[in-house]
Amino acid sequence: MSGATTAIGRVLPPSRARRFIRRLTSGDEIAHLITLTFGASILLITGLLVLELWVQSSLARHQFGWKFFATSVWDPVFGNFGALPFIYGTLVTSFLALLIAVPLGLGAAIFLAELAPRNISDALAFLIDLLAAVPSVIYGLLGIFVVVPIMRTTIGPALKSSLGFLPFFQGPNYGVGFLTAGVVLAIMVIPFVISVSREVLLTVPRDQREAAVALGATRWEATWKVVVPFARAGILGSVFLAMARALGETMAVTMVIGNDPKISASLFAPGYTIASVIANEFSEATGDLYIHSLVLLGLVLFLLTFILNGIARIFIVATAQRGGAHE
Amino acid sequence: MTRKAVTVGLSLVLVLSLMLISLPSAQATDPVLINAAGATFPYPIYSKWFDDFHKANPGVQINYASVGSGAGIGQLQAGTVDFGASDMPMTDEQLAQAKVKVLHFPTVLGAAVVTYNLPGVSTELKFTQKALAGIYLGTITRWNDPAIAKANPGVSLPNADIVVVHRSDGSGTTFIWTDFLGKASSDWASKVGAKSSVNWPVGLGGKGNEGVSGLVKQTPNSIGYVELIYAVQNKMSYGWVQNAAGKFIKADLASVSAAAAGAAKTMPDDFRVSITNAPGATAYPISSFTWLLIPVQIQNAAKRDAIKLFLNWMVTSGQGSVEALSYAQLPKAVQAKELKAISLVH
Repeated sequence: MSGATTAIGRVLPPSRARRFIRRLTSGDEIAHLITLTFGASILLITGLLVLELWVQSSLARHQFGWKFFATSVWDPVFGNFGALPFIYGTLVTSFLALLIAVPLGLGAAIFLAELAPRNISDALAFLIDLLAAVPSVIYGLLGIFVVVPIMRTTIGPALKSSLGFLPFFQGPNYGVGFLTAGVVLAIMVIPFVISVSREVLLTVPRDQREAAVALGATRWEATWKVVVPFARAGILGSVFLAMARALGETMAVTMVIGNDPKISASLFAPGYTIASVIANEFSEATGDLYIHSLVLLGLVLFLLTFILNGIARIFIVATAQRGGAHE
Repeated sequence: MTRKAVTVGLSLVLVLSLMLISLPSAQATDPVLINAAGATFPYPIYSKWFDDFHKANPGVQINYASVGSGAGIGQLQAGTVDFGASDMPMTDEQLAQAKVKVLHFPTVLGAAVVTYNLPGVSTELKFTQKALAGIYLGTITRWNDPAIAKANPGVSLPNADIVVVHRSDGSGTTFIWTDFLGKASSDWASKVGAKSSVNWPVGLGGKGNEGVSGLVKQTPNSIGYVELIYAVQNKMSYGWVQNAAGKFIKADLASVSAAAAGAAKTMPDDFRVSITNAPGATAYPISSFTWLLIPVQIQNAAKRDAIKLFLNWMVTSGQGSVEALSYAQLPKAVQAKELKAISLVH
């Protein structure tokens, strides 16, 4: 009895093992396991990140609760912390950056993909990819030495005299502030918009253009009414990639935003962003509540990025379905 | 099969050779390795000191990470470094939180100076303490305010808004500056207080000394503060500040050392003392020590001896190389007091 089971026990496992080895040596199983591990590591890293931010901010969460989002005081001396001016600054500068970068970037991408001769397009695309790789501190220096003086002496006064009746363009203009930060961010994210949009436009099948032209469309009509809508999801993707970069940008913004945690309607006024205050104050922060509040700001930035990316996802899916219904 | 055998053989060779490589280093006698972390302001002199000290004593190597005073205190509290360094003394609360009992040893002196950009004014301006506090509180908003004008007879100050600039990053310089303003004005002490970052009533924030000086240089009618060393190395002009004796003093190495000498008489035994607004007719009022934070008890005898040897060397021969890097030296009285305190480390 026992001899029979051992005999079967001895016979069966080797064959199973051999099958496993055969699958292993064929490579599929290994590739599957390795890529699965890598894929899972993304979830793991994100999960650990949130967990760490959550645990390390416990003191601030208990002390301030939801009030953290509504308080606009940031006082390390008396231990009173609120995130509102930083959230405001982050959203305003990112929005300004997209407002400037998207039309410019999309226009450039359309030119490069549709109108420019192929060799010029390739050469320029190479330069644009190079721009995307420039370290942000370089853009910050560019901001300090070029954009800030122009803002103070030329663009600021011009905006004041022409659009000064709007609350956005009132008050003293120091050269540093929301608008300057938005412009510098725009310069930084334009390469992303151009590079990705161009690639997407180039993948639009030739038949689409030819069909439009065959129906009597001009070249511009074919581009604007057929090619661009076809590539809409990819173009939106480039915009949200740019937004993600703008939200998290630290160095360049710190150098030109004025670093004053106040909420003001004027775009000339100095402001502050979440990423900037963390970079500025973390290394010298003393006291548990102070450090926990800075970590909580990190969590807020994570949430902000998460929510905005979620909205972007829904938006892309919705427009893709609409596009699908058209065709 | 043969391929498999080759692979196994190769990996065996690899493992064996790795073991062989790692063996000799484990057998060699290790130098005493000491890890420290903290303030960025004294980093240039610390790295020179640790380098010089290593040349004189090859058996000791001190690694210093200039991660900032706050992080330095944190790492010392957690016990992850052998000693720390800070631009501000640890508070009683911080000392209580530390796993080990900590001693403060002043190393060098630094100062903050007032820099400004007033088109048409080329003379070096004089600032009373009330004027500086008022400007940074936002109660003095124009350059021709009597509080500024009275101290500068004969200078035609413009009727222009003052653009206030401060550091945006947490820094020891901001601590010295706000500590001084707190002594100059009770309003400042109660409303703003002193720390490496504060809730500024007015002003723009620039990142680092270069950020502040850049903003001041570019913005007409602005005022800011930077480290003395930064001002000296960049040949910037800066203002005179009224000291506790009522005299206007220009910051330089001598007047900063004088502030330390003025405070030396009343120096507490733990060296945790603010020397802003120090007594003495020649003392510059916005000066400060920077400290090494040494655990009282060091279990590892080799490390303890090395650290004590370094402290002795730093207070005596180390001070000789300080002024070349624009730091002010410790006054003799403080050096003598520190030499005595070193014996407390056990």
